[in-house]
Amino acid sequence: MNIIVTALIVLGCIAIISAVILYFVAKKFAVYEDPLIDQVAEVLPGANCGGCGYAGCRAFAENCVKTGKLERDYCPVGGTDVMKRVAALLGVEAQASEPKVAVLLCNGNRECRPKLTTYTGVKKCSIAHTTYAGETGCKFGCIGFGDCEVSCAFDALHIDAATGLPVIDEDKCTACGACVKACPKLLLQLRKKGPKNRKVYVACKNQDKGAVARKACSNACIGCSKCVKECPFEAITIENNVAYIDDTKCRLCRKCVAVCPTGAIHAVNFPVKKDENV
Amino acid sequence: MKTFSMGGVHPQDNKLSARKPFMVVDLPDVAIFPLEQHIGAPAKPIVAVGDKVKAGQMIAEAGGFVSAPVHSSVSGTVQKIATFTDGWGFDKMAIHIKVEGSEWMENISTDNKLRNECNLSSEEIIKKIADAGIVGLGGACFPTQVKLMPPKDMSVDTLIINAVECEPYLTHNHQLMLEKPAEVLMGVRILMKALNIKKAIIGIEANKMDAVKSLRDDESMNRQTGESISIEVVPLKLKYPQGGEKQLIEALTGRKVPNGGIPAAVGCVVQNVGTAFAVYEAVQLNKPLVEVMMTVTGPSVTNPGNFVVRIGTPIEKVLEMAGGIPEDTGKIIGGGPMMGKTYSHTNHPVNKRSSGLLLLPKDLAAPLEEKNCIRCGKCVQNCPMGLAPYLLATQGEMALWDDMEKEQVANCIECGCCTFTCPSNRPLLDYIRYGKQTVMANIRARASK
Repeated sequence: MNIIVTALIVLGCIAIISAVILYFVAKKFAVYEDPLIDQVAEVLPGANCGGCGYAGCRAFAENCVKTGKLERDYCPVGGTDVMKRVAALLGVEAQASEPKVAVLLCNGNRECRPKLTTYTGVKKCSIAHTTYAGETGCKFGCIGFGDCEVSCAFDALHIDAATGLPVIDEDKCTACGACVKACPKLLLQLRKKGPKNRKVYVACKNQDKGAVARKACSNACIGCSKCVKECPFEAITIENNVAYIDDTKCRLCRKCVAVCPTGAIHAVNFPVKKDENV
Repeated sequence: MKTFSMGGVHPQDNKLSARKPFMVVDLPDVAIFPLEQHIGAPAKPIVAVGDKVKAGQMIAEAGGFVSAPVHSSVSGTVQKIATFTDGWGFDKMAIHIKVEGSEWMENISTDNKLRNECNLSSEEIIKKIADAGIVGLGGACFPTQVKLMPPKDMSVDTLIINAVECEPYLTHNHQLMLEKPAEVLMGVRILMKALNIKKAIIGIEANKMDAVKSLRDDESMNRQTGESISIEVVPLKLKYPQGGEKQLIEALTGRKVPNGGIPAAVGCVVQNVGTAFAVYEAVQLNKPLVEVMMTVTGPSVTNPGNFVVRIGTPIEKVLEMAGGIPEDTGKIIGGGPMMGKTYSHTNHPVNKRSSGLLLLPKDLAAPLEEKNCIRCGKCVQNCPMGLAPYLLATQGEMALWDDMEKEQVANCIECGCCTFTCPSNRPLLDYIRYGKQTVMANIRARASK
């Protein structure tokens, strides 16, 4: 009995002394943190994807509060809604930005781009890319081991087993840009989401001359410049034998799609025309 | 018998083409000369389309201090200066020459007479070597003249000649020592003169005792009385990667190159035996580096052997000489099985880097089933650089570049002992090599900031 009482008294005393010390230490070394940081972090999506360029959502919040400006900072995942709320908290004007989505600039599926060799090394695009140009004749096309799929924190990207190419779920894609960084062939691009998700883009990056590109892949852009001549808005340019549609100039008229001889220009999410039996 | 102390493995040496005399490969119709055949800045073309060139003529000059010129190996007309697809499918710049014959430049001696006199000064020798476009023929292709000018604060006393040929299957260095011992030794003497040193050690693995004898005999026969230089031929115990610069220095001299240092820091300069021969040809015959020696081999190759090939010849032509590509071929590897890289096609030219073609049948080339790491530590035990490959590979897999840097991934010599020895068939080196590239790029980016 005696022992228990002694123990209780001793431990109690230690507890009280420690509490007093801790109280004063906490007062003395207290770090002031702007409560605004917590509030901003609360508003942010909390996915820590790094799409804004900071280490995570909290780092983004800290930076916003520290600088008090939003000129360079933008959360691509939260989009304009979230940024408006952040701006309201900081008392500044919100930057308006078009919502974007990732698109794949390759349409070399298994049928049109035959496999010439078999790679037996580590199934990672980054490693395969440092070893050789790819299993097919096209050295610009998708490798298909899914580094982008692994990089996507939002489950928006999956490799299609039939085509061997990644497919992007536009509803889930937040345009954080992780896949753009992951692709060693630079085949993913963030483009304007467009009205009703409608987009027109050249799904090819093959810089070889027409004949060579066509031999490697029947869906390749051959740089024939038919689309350039057809475009009424001067949105299309050809550089290094491959066409590119500027999404800020494109008005989605789809005249280029009709003239493209290889089908490299993709128009997505448009309603099917009644006279077309597609 | 001497060898290095840390790690190493002993793969079956499979020297199928040993002691087969050199055969000369015919001239191609079009020869392609890549501008990047060495470590360093690419060469700059100095010929224009339509120009007539002779064999041995310089067609591209060195593009910087660490660079090497390129010479035509044939006589003909420059067809175009354009890209070609290299062995791995990437586009590289090259000079394409339509072959008309084999007419050599006037100052090049093409008879096989041994020229045993060399009265040039060190600077003259180094200049001749630089102009001849000689690079290290052991595989790394580092321009030789740069190695012959060690930093001023390091004093070099020993030249080490790498005649180890520790890669399984390869035999062309062995054959070179059997056929041309006098030329090789003269090359060694010239290199010693260029470095102003009196001691050279030639390291040869013990599966080539006839080469040891051939060099020793020739050395004692040609030794001039009262000569103060010493050339020692040392047989070494069979162990891979003995041909690694740091491993070879330790095996022969017992000196250990410090972490991150170059061989000159311990007073050594290492040159390949093939380089010594090329130096002989460049200095004594004025013949630039336009031919390489190659082994074409494989378990099912009809006629495995050693070949002398003009640079620019498509490898298809070389394969034809060895009896064509066998039907059961699964992989065509450029170089040996340990460090070589599989080619994705055969329509690309032989260059200064080419050392061999290994045709592996499908059953040997098939990938082995990858299993989980069982932490047996074999890779650590066998790593000749004292690294922890299992850890580095995991870090590489998880993209932990900073951790890899702390674990000294930059020291990895990519010998492949870890992958070779792994009982779970893990592709350790693939991950480590990629990590090393990323880490080195990070280090360079930091340095340039």
